[in-house]
Amino acid sequence: MTALLTVDGLSRRFGGVQAVKDLSFSVGEGEVVGLIGPNGAGKTTAFALISGFLAPDAGAVRFRGRDLRGLKPHQVNALGLARTFQIMRPFSRLSVVRNVMIATLGRHPAPAEAERRARAILDELGLGARAQTPAGSLTLAERKRLELARALGTEPVLLLLDEVMSGLNAAETERMVELVRAINRRGVAILLIEHVMRAVMSLAQRIVVLNYGERIAEGRPEAVAADRRVIEAYLGDEEVTSAPA
Amino acid sequence: MAVGLTLIFGVMRVVNFAHGDMMVWGMYLAFVLATRAGVDPYLSFVVCAAALFGLGVVVQRGLVDRIVDAPHEMQILLMLGVALVLENVALLVFGPEPARVRSPLGQLTWELGPLYVDVARLVTFAVAIVLTLALWLFLFRTELGRLIRASADNHYGALVIGADVRRIYATAFGIGAACVGAAGALVSPILPFQPVTGLALSVTSFNIVIIGGMGSLVGAFIGGLLVSVAESLGAVFLRPSLKELFSFSLLIVILLFRPAGLFGKRQP
Amino acid sequence: MKALAAAGAVAVLLALPLVLSGYAITIFILIFFYAYLAQAWNILGGYAGQLSAGHAAFVGIGGYTSALLFERGVTPWFGMFVGAALAAGLGAVIGYLGFRFGLRGFYFVLLTVAFAEICRILASNVEAVGGAIGLYITFTGDPRHFQFRDPRAYYYIALALMLLATGVAALLERRRLGIYLTAIREDETACEALGVDTFKYKMLAMVVSSFLTGLAGTFYAFQNFSLQPGAVFGIPLSVEILIRPIIGGAGTLLGPVLGSFILTPLAEVSRQYFGQGGLHGAHLVVYGVLLVAVVLFLPQGAYPFLRRLFQRGAA
Repeated sequence: MTALLTVDGLSRRFGGVQAVKDLSFSVGEGEVVGLIGPNGAGKTTAFALISGFLAPDAGAVRFRGRDLRGLKPHQVNALGLARTFQIMRPFSRLSVVRNVMIATLGRHPAPAEAERRARAILDELGLGARAQTPAGSLTLAERKRLELARALGTEPVLLLLDEVMSGLNAAETERMVELVRAINRRGVAILLIEHVMRAVMSLAQRIVVLNYGERIAEGRPEAVAADRRVIEAYLGDEEVTSAPA
Repeated sequence: MAVGLTLIFGVMRVVNFAHGDMMVWGMYLAFVLATRAGVDPYLSFVVCAAALFGLGVVVQRGLVDRIVDAPHEMQILLMLGVALVLENVALLVFGPEPARVRSPLGQLTWELGPLYVDVARLVTFAVAIVLTLALWLFLFRTELGRLIRASADNHYGALVIGADVRRIYATAFGIGAACVGAAGALVSPILPFQPVTGLALSVTSFNIVIIGGMGSLVGAFIGGLLVSVAESLGAVFLRPSLKELFSFSLLIVILLFRPAGLFGKRQP
Repeated sequence: MKALAAAGAVAVLLALPLVLSGYAITIFILIFFYAYLAQAWNILGGYAGQLSAGHAAFVGIGGYTSALLFERGVTPWFGMFVGAALAAGLGAVIGYLGFRFGLRGFYFVLLTVAFAEICRILASNVEAVGGAIGLYITFTGDPRHFQFRDPRAYYYIALALMLLATGVAALLERRRLGIYLTAIREDETACEALGVDTFKYKMLAMVVSSFLTGLAGTFYAFQNFSLQPGAVFGIPLSVEILIRPIIGGAGTLLGPVLGSFILTPLAEVSRQYFGQGGLHGAHLVVYGVLLVAVVLFLPQGAYPFLRRLFQRGAA
């Protein structure tokens, strides 16, 4: 299995804080990799570094064989890497379908075609009925799916999901897990940050654990869950949730 | 003057476009007091400050308060509207000719060795320092002052501890306006002014605040010193009509290279 | 249905000069002219959400360029494109500086104001372009010199300009550029994450907007036969330009036009009424009040509000 994404010795500090330190891992084609760790472990920073929103102090990111250094976010996206945001950023005054069209117009400049594809994605994610609604009036669960829909619109080969399950109830979480799995089955590799352990355990084939910006463990879900260092890292952190049973 | 602007911005993230125009009203008020009531501006600045404090609170409560959460474009437009109203009502009431306030102090000069020092400017400088110190003390040593600073740092935190945020905002805005009212009165004997001066003053305020750093009081003070030195130097070397050119160019350079300023904390 | 209404409105506007008095025609010329400027501004300020308070600079550059070229024997019909190109050049500079250095919102407004004021000061002080007195254009009344004896000619040109600008905006709205701009206005970072080169599209909006505005400069110059730096580069003109789309509805197609139809007659009336008493600037107070009122009560502008009213009425 060829490595789709390789992160090598990535480091970044903010003022006095070393947010990410010498981080290395890789994601293979079609893989689902989970990125977990207590709050403040540097996960979202890692995403920002990978997707071009932040420049690393040291280290390299290679995606599909290309060095991503110096590329702007939209260029990274054009290569096939899409990300969602932990704090959602919908285009509130635009309709739902328009939101997704912003994504699809990238590869399909003709608005009619872009709209067609946008609607197809919306239907797949169960948002078809809300196509004309202003994005600002969606429920939380719907907004999460909109984030996902927009990222999908850019036809990524690798999808970076930042806490797409947070704030969802049990049923909504189930549904989201199914959606992500379906996307993965189509061949899209997934790197996901999550605190909802149940979701990560069931989706990920491999898990990378971060603490204080460093990788402290990596391996199959069962192995990582039993790893003492991981348990210790989390003991200080109450954010770890399993969705209500 | 700049301290007032940065206070308003720091606390509420609203940029007061009408700042310069408020100052002009301060100047006109001093003028009226001087000509009608014979009160020297070096004394009446207290009244001007109070009056503008009132104006500030009214503006804040009535207008700004409603759009604190609105997109930034709206806030800019709102203050622009206020600026328009202030400037043009001044124009209607006072006419377009430049005015100047006479003060007995304005005529004095002291001889300090080889230099002639303008007493008026000296007094203005001294009062400005005193006022700034007073403001500093207020913000750092009193309860209300601390609350204001807390709201600036953390809006939600302030709400959580039960602070009456709206009252705080109103006070902050009022104080900011008061600063400018005082500044206007203090400067009125030195600078001839007309309603359109509002824009130039606003620009200078922005220059200072951006250099010093939005939201930082120390920055505003230092920035004020820096900018006035720079402008004075500019006036020495360039023709007076180009002085404005200089301050606008300065603004552009500052905008491009240091929008956070020397001491600035955050972006709007 | 909509197309029919639009065609009808245009037909009415075309026929009006036959029945209107000279004064009324002048008012309409102003309405169309400002609607044109408003629409041009709207592309950058309304759709893209990059507020500019310095658009007068483009008018000034367009006007001064064609006036100066005319003095040297170049017909304004050609000169106006040169002027517009130069205006677009300045727009590109401002855009580049502003967008590359990440200036947004308030900071960007300041940048535009600073550039406009610098232009004004330069124009006032450089004798070669007329200095403080400004430029005057020799009257020849020759259509080849963009001068017409009959005010109705100006009427039709202004109308054509307004329709042109509205057409450009309508075209933009449907195409990818326009759609991207509305999203950029909402959230630039999200756009970047979705593959949109926000810098490129903002620059496009800026250049189109400034080019169109520059064209208006020539119209202004050859209708008024004079150019004063304060009037043509100054803040008051920039305010006139931006207030119509904002009151009428920024980011909508007909908002700027509606804004002009509402505000232009209002301004004229108050100018007449108050100007007689020696009270200048009264209409600006009205502008200020309206601006505040719109921000507080009708943030999207008059046009969307009216549209909702009609839809509810029809339902």
